[in-house]
Amino acid sequence: MQEKVAQIIGKYNNDKGFLVPILQDVQKEFNYLPKDVLVAVCAQLHVPLSRIYEVATFYRAFSLTPRGKHQLSLCVGTACHVRGAPIIQDGIERVLNCKAGQTTADLEFTFETVNCLGACALGPILVVDDEYQGQMTLAKANKLLKKLGKKVATDEED
Amino acid sequence: MSQTVTLTIDGRQVQAEAGTTLLEAARSVNIQIPHLCSNEELAPYGACRMCMVEIRHGQRTRMVASCIYEVEEGLEVQTATERVLNVRRLVIELMLARNPTHPTLLQMAADLGIEKTRFEVEVKGCILCGLCVRTCREVVGVSAIGFEGRGTTRRIATPFNEAPPDCIACGACSAVCPVDVIPLKEKDGIRTIWKTDYPMQRCESCGRLIAPVKQLEYFAKITNQPLSHFTEHCVHCR
Repeated sequence: MQEKVAQIIGKYNNDKGFLVPILQDVQKEFNYLPKDVLVAVCAQLHVPLSRIYEVATFYRAFSLTPRGKHQLSLCVGTACHVRGAPIIQDGIERVLNCKAGQTTADLEFTFETVNCLGACALGPILVVDDEYQGQMTLAKANKLLKKLGKKVATDEED
Repeated sequence: MSQTVTLTIDGRQVQAEAGTTLLEAARSVNIQIPHLCSNEELAPYGACRMCMVEIRHGQRTRMVASCIYEVEEGLEVQTATERVLNVRRLVIELMLARNPTHPTLLQMAADLGIEKTRFEVEVKGCILCGLCVRTCREVVGVSAIGFEGRGTTRRIATPFNEAPPDCIACGACSAVCPVDVIPLKEKDGIRTIWKTDYPMQRCESCGRLIAPVKQLEYFAKITNQPLSHFTEHCVHCR
């Protein structure tokens, strides 16, 4: 772990100004920002731990808790909202049995809502592992989840 | 070499060195501007917005925070126009919504003719002026505490909300807080701050409590003196 951190920091010439890209790389490597890794970054980069914690909690892109293998982001911006994003949100929350912003207990899925993805014409949009899926419906979302290996209970209401 | 600029504050000619802020320039001629987050030991920050003043550029006037705005040649500054007072009233009411009981805030509000806030009260205590964080960072130099989150959930916190590893229990954060929301307790030779207990050092000569052990260790480190230099005698028996 120490070497991994040294390697990431070395890529940025041990420059404190690159704290955000360093944390991004750390998150890519470890899937989230583990506390002991942040402590290692603090020691090697000579940035106070309080500063790192400030940055890590300021940006929503950073997570201090483990993330799921698959990342689901549902747009709940105005356009997506009026086209039924809340219904899809309810559906996904029920299937995954976790609320928006949480990760499933088996660490398979992280589900979160975002406020606008800038592609309102395609709404409602669900981003599955960085891939934009437009004109989302509850049925389509369930299909996508199934494809990712989630057992979707027989869709009673569909 | 420093340059002197001349400006007008509330109709009075004021001379100030280039680089000083409007707040400092006003203070030098005894014009009081209310402020909460500014401290001469710290770099200008501009968080609380109580020190807003109106400045004139030709025909137009503009609102600026006097604690971060630097003096300019020929600048006209008004520190107590109706527009300025209205902004201050709004600002103090927003702060009262977070902390409706602290005497300092209530006094500031009363000076502006305000008794209570028009906003829904949600008691947080802290007004997020950042004095504690900046003092810990700039004056003490340990950076044990910082902000957490942003927007409406922003707050002062120790890293991971755990016992702060860099804290030396000096209590500067608690002392500098304008609204007294950082509790510091001392009992039986133990100082408690940030929910963590720190043992106090006793003077080896007279037995009086000097300071937290961690603070003296920090002194020893930054001054390159042996720890005994700070523990053998205290201010009372030196």
